[in-house]
Amino acid sequence: MTQVADSTIHLSNYSLLEESAANGHAWLRELRRAAMERFKEVGFPNSKTNEEWRHTNVAPIAKIPFKLGQQRADSTTRAIQSNFTFGEHHTAAELVFVNGQFVQELSQLEKLPRGVTIQNLDQALSQDGEGIKAKLGRYADVEKNPFVALNTGFIRDGAYIQIARSVTVDQPIHLLFISQPGHEPTVSHPRVLFIAEDNVEATIVESYVGAEGSQYFTNAVTEIVCGNDCRIDHAKLQQESLDAYHIATMQVDLGAKTTFVSHAATIGAKLSRNDLNCTMAGEHAYATLNGVVLIGGTQHCDNHTLLDHAVPNCPSHELYKHVLAGRATGVFRGKILVRKDAQKTDSKQNSKTLLLSDDANMNSQPALEIYADDVKCTHGSTIGPLDEEMIFYFRSRGISYQAARHLLTYAFAADVTRRIKVEPVRRRLEDYMARQHGLPQDLRITDLGAHDEAVL
Amino acid sequence: MGWQPVLRKTEMSLLEIKNLHAKVAGAGGREILKGVDLVINPGEVHAIMGKNGSGKSTLAQVLAGRETYEVTGGSVLYKGKNLLELSAEERAREGIFLAFQYPVEIPGVRTDYFLKAAVNAVRKHRGQPEIDSMAFINMVKEKMALLKMDKSFMARAINEGFSGGEKKRNEIFQMAVMDPTLALMDETDSGLDIDALKTVSHGANSLRSPERGILVVTHYQRMLNYITPDYVHVMIDGRIVKTGDKNLALELEEKGYDWLENDDRDAA
Ligand SMILES: Nc1ncnc2c1ncn2[C@@H]1O[C@H](COP(=O)(O)OP(=O)(O)O)[C@@H](O)[C@H]1O
Ligand SMILES: [Mg+2]
Repeated sequence: MTQVADSTIHLSNYSLLEESAANGHAWLRELRRAAMERFKEVGFPNSKTNEEWRHTNVAPIAKIPFKLGQQRADSTTRAIQSNFTFGEHHTAAELVFVNGQFVQELSQLEKLPRGVTIQNLDQALSQDGEGIKAKLGRYADVEKNPFVALNTGFIRDGAYIQIARSVTVDQPIHLLFISQPGHEPTVSHPRVLFIAEDNVEATIVESYVGAEGSQYFTNAVTEIVCGNDCRIDHAKLQQESLDAYHIATMQVDLGAKTTFVSHAATIGAKLSRNDLNCTMAGEHAYATLNGVVLIGGTQHCDNHTLLDHAVPNCPSHELYKHVLAGRATGVFRGKILVRKDAQKTDSKQNSKTLLLSDDANMNSQPALEIYADDVKCTHGSTIGPLDEEMIFYFRSRGISYQAARHLLTYAFAADVTRRIKVEPVRRRLEDYMARQHGLPQDLRITDLGAHDEAVL
Repeated sequence: MGWQPVLRKTEMSLLEIKNLHAKVAGAGGREILKGVDLVINPGEVHAIMGKNGSGKSTLAQVLAGRETYEVTGGSVLYKGKNLLELSAEERAREGIFLAFQYPVEIPGVRTDYFLKAAVNAVRKHRGQPEIDSMAFINMVKEKMALLKMDKSFMARAINEGFSGGEKKRNEIFQMAVMDPTLALMDETDSGLDIDALKTVSHGANSLRSPERGILVVTHYQRMLNYITPDYVHVMIDGRIVKTGDKNLALELEEKGYDWLENDDRDAA
């Protein structure tokens, strides 16, 4: 099969890794081996034959000989890190990874509250705790997604976060994944396992960034497992190099009465694909999955989400906003699955896309699969250019055509970004948009949003 | 056709429309304005009345620079200069203000931010520095009081979820803030209850000044009780067919428009 040929480089990377693997517990080796077997069997997904990958062609990824990257911490790394760090006063912990491997000297793990375990995965694995053994790889399904299989085959490093019952972590836990290839394209397979016991409140942020202009491939998998009565806020910022490939799967499992809010922001990468699967496993779990995509040029971004309502009485909300400029292409596939027992499900999904050029293209598809009869599921999807009538309204007040476009674009995206509670992420997006649209840097989304006190 | 009112002679008219023709832009777009003549001098209030569909809004929009319409003939001088070669934003900066018949809702952009951007765009055009925050706030407060508006308006997204009356009030409020030289009010009275009509008309009336020209588009007479026009014009099928003083509005209220339409046809 040609697919297997395309996978050669990853198979040889795998052999190298297995030879050198120090953390060689039998269960882990088996987990990796089985996953790699699976990947060998299916190979990279083919957009012609695999419905899930119909709008995203990963053939370019398969063709590039990505090598496993080395850990490093030079001046370039530090420059990137200092650009994206939240600063020690704004994080409970910040873990920095370079090319998929933890870098202690750039990280901060000093001020962890009691009941919070945060380690890099490599270290956690070497300690071989029961928690990690019971959960790692149990949620993200290697059968469903070849990239999950590939990531699982390469589990080496990443983050392990475990929060004990009734612990509140006030500040965000920040995971910063930096890619910085040398003269050859590199691949990393970051893995995150986040476990919250009952009644935990915490914020977790994943940032994926890279050296501008460099070619690499990030293939991330994050498993988030929450007990009952938790309040978990999640944010992801993807601002990879514009020559990078970013594929990520996040698998979320929510216990009863747990509230989970996720915001995924995509700015970077030549090609990106996010699979966000959220299972409402306990009654009255409440999931909010929001996303904002700001891309242009020839960038491509594909967001697949799955809200899996497995039990009754769970609300879920979803709002995805795409702003596509240039020849950018966007894909949104939001699936709401309501299983037979999931009565009284209340699910709302909305996808809105702004096309800033005639050459940009969006494919937005809701997919409702409902097996219960007493449910409320709604979805909406709009795709279009800026409203000429709105632009004229601005112009009729003296505001230029360009400024009107910028303001309306900013406001469109701000509808999602203003909801992001993690200030450094929200700020970064605000600044990015202000720069992109030539708006004053001191302009804040909150200045535009209609949700604060008047200036009077 | 081509009947011109006897006008007070001034050095230069504020607005001078001659034989204006306009159609819906694009191939096959129908002609809507079929030769409009109108002169507005500083200090004057003009009313244009006419049935639905006669072309009143089109005239207002064309004057404001809406590109949905294409001017196919005639000329428009504003302060002696060719208005038609200015973009919509340039016209606004030069002091033309259109209070829309159907103001659009703009989610996500706060009214105060928007208004400040508008004020500063005009100031920049005049070579003035950006308005001082306190000065802006004070000016806005004063105009809000004039229109009996709650200050919470300013924090809301532009027109979003506003009632019809609130939208109209917001238009006149913006007009008061922008302090235009030529104010075009398109059916500002429709959708207003009697109290709101009084407040809004009072707000508009307070803009009367020797330098300013006001054009009120309406198809009822009632707003003209509050803003007494110097001239009343009747538009039928894209042309002004009759001009008179405020009594013409009363006559129209009483007799309707049909008698004029017949006149018009006879004359044609
Ligand atoms: N953009 C447009 N496209 C097509 N027809 C239009 C457009 N604008 C106005 N019209 C038509 O032109 C005529 C005049 O409209 P309008 O100026 O809105 O009239 P009024 O304001 O006097 O009620 C109407 O028949 C209307 O349907
Ligand atoms: Mg009209």
